[in-house]
Amino acid sequence: MEKSRPLWDNSLQFIFACISYAVGLGNVWRFPYLCQMYGGGGFLIPYFIMLIAEGMPLLYLELAVGQRMRQGSIGAWKIISPYLCGVGIASVVVSFFLSMYYNVINAWAFWYLFHSFQDPLPWATCPLNTNHTGYEEECEKTSSTQYFWYRQTLNISPSLETSGSIQWEQALCLTLAWLVVYLCILRGTESTGKVVYVTASLPYCVLIVYLIRGLTLHGAVNGLVYMFTPKLEQLSNPKTWISAATQIFFSLGLGFGSLIAYASYNDASNNCERHAIIVSLINSTTSIFASVVTFSIYGFKATFNYESCINKVILLLMNAFDLEEGSLTADNLNEMKDYLMATHPQEYAQLSPQVKNCSLEAELDTAVQGTGLAFIVYSEAIKNMEVPQLYSVLYFIMLLMLGIGSMLGNTAAILTPLTDSRVIAARFPKEVISGAVCFINCVIGLIFTTEAGNYWFDIFNDYAATLSLLLIVLVETIAVCYIYGIRRFEKDLHTMIGHKPNWYWKIMWAFASPLLIISLFLFYLTDYILTGTLQYQAWDATQGQLVTKDYPGYARAVIGLLVAASTMCIPLGALVTFVRKRLKRSVSTMA
Amino acid sequence: MLRVLLLTLSVVAIVHAELCKPDAQNAFKVRLSIKTALGDNAYAWDANEEYLFKAMVAFAMRRYSSKSTTQISNVLVCNVTDRVSFWFVVTDSSKNLTTVPESEVEAAIRMNRNRINNAFLLSDQTLQFLKITSTLSPPVEPSTPIWLIVFGVVLCLIVAGILFLVVAGIQQRKKKNKDSTERENLEEKSEVTVTVENGIPCETLDLKAGHINGVFAADDERFTSL
Repeated sequence: MEKSRPLWDNSLQFIFACISYAVGLGNVWRFPYLCQMYGGGGFLIPYFIMLIAEGMPLLYLELAVGQRMRQGSIGAWKIISPYLCGVGIASVVVSFFLSMYYNVINAWAFWYLFHSFQDPLPWATCPLNTNHTGYEEECEKTSSTQYFWYRQTLNISPSLETSGSIQWEQALCLTLAWLVVYLCILRGTESTGKVVYVTASLPYCVLIVYLIRGLTLHGAVNGLVYMFTPKLEQLSNPKTWISAATQIFFSLGLGFGSLIAYASYNDASNNCERHAIIVSLINSTTSIFASVVTFSIYGFKATFNYESCINKVILLLMNAFDLEEGSLTADNLNEMKDYLMATHPQEYAQLSPQVKNCSLEAELDTAVQGTGLAFIVYSEAIKNMEVPQLYSVLYFIMLLMLGIGSMLGNTAAILTPLTDSRVIAARFPKEVISGAVCFINCVIGLIFTTEAGNYWFDIFNDYAATLSLLLIVLVETIAVCYIYGIRRFEKDLHTMIGHKPNWYWKIMWAFASPLLIISLFLFYLTDYILTGTLQYQAWDATQGQLVTKDYPGYARAVIGLLVAASTMCIPLGALVTFVRKRLKRSVSTMA
Repeated sequence: MLRVLLLTLSVVAIVHAELCKPDAQNAFKVRLSIKTALGDNAYAWDANEEYLFKAMVAFAMRRYSSKSTTQISNVLVCNVTDRVSFWFVVTDSSKNLTTVPESEVEAAIRMNRNRINNAFLLSDQTLQFLKITSTLSPPVEPSTPIWLIVFGVVLCLIVAGILFLVVAGIQQRKKKNKDSTERENLEEKSEVTVTVENGIPCETLDLKAGHINGVFAADDERFTSL
C-alpha cells in the first residue's frame, strides 16, 4: 500500500506558508536601510522594476517546478535531468547553513522578550559601577541600549580570535528556539499548516499597532519626510539597481528549496501563477509598510536625541555663565551663543569643545541595518515611549513570528528531500528525522552563543548564502528553460493550471532573469576580488564603539569553505551521475 | 558712636568677603534648578529662601557634630546669581575668622541631604552641591531574575506540546499497525483453511453471524413425518 503525499488542507494554508516564509526579518531591517541609502522614495522605482523583471518570474518558476514534480528539491531536479541532482543538494546545503545561524536571531528575540517584563526596561538605564558612585564605564561611553546589546546580551569579545566561553543564557534561549521550531515541524504539513496561520498574520497586526503608535509619536513626521523625499540622483548610481535586485532576490527566499518543498505539498491543479503574483506583491508591500513604521520610529528617536542634545547644551551654557533658568531656549540658542561669544570670549573659548552642534539631519543620517536596527535602534525608541513594556513585548513577538516563519521554510527545505528519499524515510519516522535535524543544528549553533559568536554570525550572514544562491537560481532557470525545454514546461503548466503562460513570463524566464542574475553574480565576484582583505566590525569596550579589523586566516578559510561547499555540489553532482552512468553502461555491456 | 558702628559693620563685611568668595578655602558652590524641578509651581529665590538655606546648613552641622554651637549667623552666603547659584562657607564660632574644614561640612550635608532636598522641594539633581557627589541608589533586584521565570513558563508549555504531539503520533501509528496486522492475520488464515462466503469466513457465519430462520425450520419437526 503506497503512502499518499501529505497535502495542505486548503490553498490558503499554502499562501500563508509562502508569505510567512518570504516575509521575514529582511523586510523589517534591510529594506528601510536600502531605502535610506539609495534615494528615499526614489528607490521604489528600481525596486518595482526588479520585482517585475526578476522576482515574480523566478518565484513562479520555483513554485511550478515544486508543484509539477511533487518532490523536494533533490528529487525535483533529478527528474528534470539526472545531471542536476547537484543543484538540489546545493540547495539543501545552503538551507542547512542558513538554519544553523538564523535561529540565533530567534534566541536573541526570546532573550529581549523575556527581559521586557520588567519596570524599568533593563536597557533603559545604565547599571551602576561597583562602588555605586556612578554608572559603568563602558555604558557611559556608549548608550544604555548599545551596552545592553553588546555586553549583557552578547557579552562580546574584542575580536574574533578571543572566542571566550559559551554564554549559558544564550544557549538556553537557543535551545528554546529550536524546541519551538521542532514543535511546529513535528508533524510535517499537518502541524506547519496550522502554525503558519499565526506566524503569517500576527506580524501584520503588530505592524498596524506600531504604525498607529509610530505616526502619533512626536517627531515621527521628520523621519517620514526624510525617507520619502526622493533623491532621484541616486538612480544613476549602479549600486542602487544592484541593491534593488539583490533585495528582491533574497527577500523572496529563492534557491533555498523551501518554495519547491512547500509547492510539492500542493494539489496538482493549484493555480500557482496567481499565488506567485500574490505572494511577491504582498512581500514587497510589507517591505514598504515596515519601512514606513521604521522611519516614523527613526524620526521619533532622532527628534528625541536632537532635543536632548539641545537641552544639554542649554544646561551647559546656563551653568557656566550662571544665566537665569528659562532665558536660554531652543529658539534663541544660536543668538545667545553669539552674544556670549562676544561678551565673554575667553570662557566661551574654554567651553567650545563641549558645546556640540546639534543637528537633526545628522541624527537621521545614522543609517543602521541588520541586528543593530532591530535590537538597538528600536529598543532605544521603545524605552522612550509610554508603557514601554507593552510595545516591547509586541515588537519582540513580531520579530519572533517573522523569524520562526522563515525557519519553518528553511527546515522544510531540508526535511522534504530527506523524507522523500526512501532510504531514510523507510527506517525512521518523520518525528525522529525532524528531531535529529533540530538537534544537530542546535548543537552546531552553540558556536554562535560564545563570546565571539556574533562575529561568526556575521560571517555566516554575509557569505553563507549570497554567491551560492545566485549560482543555484541561475542554473535552475537555465535548466528549466533550456535543458527541460520551455515548450515542455509550458505544456506542464497547461495541464496544471489550464492555460499556457503568456509571453511576459517566457521572455523573463528565458532572457531577462538569467541576464540579471549573471550580472549580479559578476558584480559580487569582482567586488569580493577587488576589496582584497575581508574586514569586520569588532566592538571595542574601551572606546565604546565598533572598530574595523581584518579577518584572521582561519576565518577566511571558513568563508571559502562555506561558499565552496554549496557551489561545488552542482558540478560534483553532474560528475558523479556521469561516472555512475558510464559504469552502469560498461557493466551492462560486459554482462 | 555712629562711626564705631559703621567701622564694626565694615569690618564684619570685609571679614565676610574674605571668608566667603568664589573658590575660597572650605567654600562650596551650590546650584539650584527650581524652574526645571517645579515648572509652574516654582518659587522665586529671595532673602527668605536664603535664610532657610542657612538654617538647613546650620541644622545639618548641629546634627552631624552633636554640639549645639553652630548658629545661622555662622553660615555665610555670597555671590548669588540669577541662575540660582551661590557660594557658602561655615565659620567656626569658637575660633575667630576660621572656617569649618571642608570634610566636616561635606559629611554633615551628606548625612542630611534628604532633609535639605525636601525642605526646598528639590532633588539631588536639581539642588546640586558641586563638590559633593551623591551616591546613586541601586536598582531593586529580585532574587530570581524575572526573565528566568518567564523562560521557565514558556519552556514548560513548549515541552508539553512536543510530548503531547509525539505521544499522539505514536498512538496513532500503533493503532494503524494493529489494524493492518489484524487484516493481515485474517488474510493469512483464509488462504489456508477457511472457506469464505461473500468475504465472510463460514466459521463465523456458523457460530455468530448466521441466523436460523424460524419459518423454515421448526425444531421438533425438522423432517416431514412419514
